Amino acid sequence: MPGLSKSELRMTDTTLQEPPATALSPQITFRDFNFYYGKYHALKNVNLDIYRTHVTAFIGPSGCGKSTLLRTMNRMYDLYPDQRAVGELRLDGMDILDKSVDINHLRARVGMVFQKPTPFPMSIYDNIAFGINLQERLSRSDMDDRVEWALKKAALWDEVKAILNQSGMSLSGGQQQRLCIARGIAVKPEVLLLDEPTSALDPISTMRIEELIAELKEEFTIVIVTHNMQQAARISDYTAYMYLGELVEFGVTDQIFIKPQKKQTEDYITGRFG
Amino acid sequence: MADSRTKPNSNLGANLGANLGEWIFHNVTRLFALLTLLLLAGIIASLVYGALPSLAKFGPSFLWSSGWNPPMEEFGGLVPIYGTLVTSLIALAIAVPVSFGIALFLTELSPAWLRRPLGVAIELLAGIPSIVYGMWGLLVFAPLFGQYIQPFLAATLGRIPFLGQLFQGAPMGIGLLSAGVILSIMIIPFIASVMRDVFEVTPAILKESAYAVGATTWEVVWNVVLPFTRVGVIGGIMLGLGRALGETMAVTFVIGNSDQLDTSSLFAAGNSIASALANEFTEAVSPMHTSALIELGLVLFLITFTVLVFSKLLLMQLARQQGKKT
Repeated sequence: MPGLSKSELRMTDTTLQEPPATALSPQITFRDFNFYYGKYHALKNVNLDIYRTHVTAFIGPSGCGKSTLLRTMNRMYDLYPDQRAVGELRLDGMDILDKSVDINHLRARVGMVFQKPTPFPMSIYDNIAFGINLQERLSRSDMDDRVEWALKKAALWDEVKAILNQSGMSLSGGQQQRLCIARGIAVKPEVLLLDEPTSALDPISTMRIEELIAELKEEFTIVIVTHNMQQAARISDYTAYMYLGELVEFGVTDQIFIKPQKKQTEDYITGRFG
Repeated sequence: MADSRTKPNSNLGANLGANLGEWIFHNVTRLFALLTLLLLAGIIASLVYGALPSLAKFGPSFLWSSGWNPPMEEFGGLVPIYGTLVTSLIALAIAVPVSFGIALFLTELSPAWLRRPLGVAIELLAGIPSIVYGMWGLLVFAPLFGQYIQPFLAATLGRIPFLGQLFQGAPMGIGLLSAGVILSIMIIPFIASVMRDVFEVTPAILKESAYAVGATTWEVVWNVVLPFTRVGVIGGIMLGLGRALGETMAVTFVIGNSDQLDTSSLFAAGNSIASALANEFTEAVSPMHTSALIELGLVLFLITFTVLVFSKLLLMQLARQQGKKT
């Protein structure tokens, strides 16, 4: 469902005390969600809604749990035996934490891009085709079309269309990261998780990725972890401020940055802390 | 030699001590490095020199002639060369997939508490002296192999039309196949521990990226980890192959030491270069016999060298296929 735009939201809810959940459909819901690294209690009673086809940013100082929270949505923590989640986490009503969930199918629905570009050691074409081949069987021409579609979506097609057989590792850092985004959207996920996607990139590449995020939110629900508060302010519709494993404040981005409700949030975004 | 001393001499007095130390250090390390080259050249030269009579008499046909008759002074290296290559290939055919499985299990699947003991056990396996493998192979493995495994292989693989010829004949327990299996057990620890080490250095974030597009553990290892670590993996395989080609004691015990080559069956007894050298050097009375054995040694050296060159070429080819300029 296409949610209301930000300006409409501001018209309808002038006080902006609460995120206007009634007007939008939450795609991912956290309820009394807790996370543990062994005995360490990393996330404490998180309650949060991620809204469909909007950008939600997680901000907060290092170690506050924002990446941890991101990595629960595709159950990436499953790879590590001493990490566990307790509570309720749903994707369109489906219980993500349920052991019987097909994890590979979940990860096809919830894609992810990491801090550093991680092209696979194969050609540019195969980097995109790899994930698609895991999920569906496409004819050669359909695959060509899909690869082109994904690369165009990631604003990389014009730069690589002549060198699709070259190694993905031969691209520049910014191109590699867009390749990873293309790889993430090639399997047509519903949600795209971005874990500090521009932290290893130069300003120009960062700008291109940010423009890309603005376009991608037309189709995908995007959750981004960022250390860069200006970036969160520029690109996100909703912002969650986290501190020491707790969700301190969540709301429409403009509200969080202009008129935060909590002193703690204000201290952080004004640079007095963090 | 003097290039290390062509530094400005302005404050010679103050720096003389340091410069001298530097000079000595520089040249001592260079000496060590050059010594390796010198040794290599010396070994090649003495092998060629020792093999000259045999080279002159038999020429290149030494490589494909199978007669080995010391009293008649007729020597051809085909049987031991064939035995060396075949046992090493059998060893690789078994050891590479098994080692891959071990490395995959240890790095991706094993519960943390099992990881260390298993890893240590595999490294201990590498420390067993080859003579122990040989005795175990002859006294324990070969009888069991001949009684149970070989009849089973003959009844299954032996029935395949073309390939079946490799699994015919009397199940004696010793022979080329047994030697290959023993060799595989000996090289598995080497290949497996190298593979495990290189798998472990694959960045977690790269593996996570592959998991993040919905890949299973197998797909991640096969499509991402293995290509990423191919240089190390091929290096580990070559290390194992080098050991298999040159292994002497364990092979001598189980290969059968026969100089005949009248069947294509892997059950048959055969000989390997290293085993022939170990067994015959002390008995070689005629100069021609000694010379022929030295020529066998030269051939073994060349085989190992060729293997190394091929592995380098293979790596370059892989790099080119990937389009990566290194």
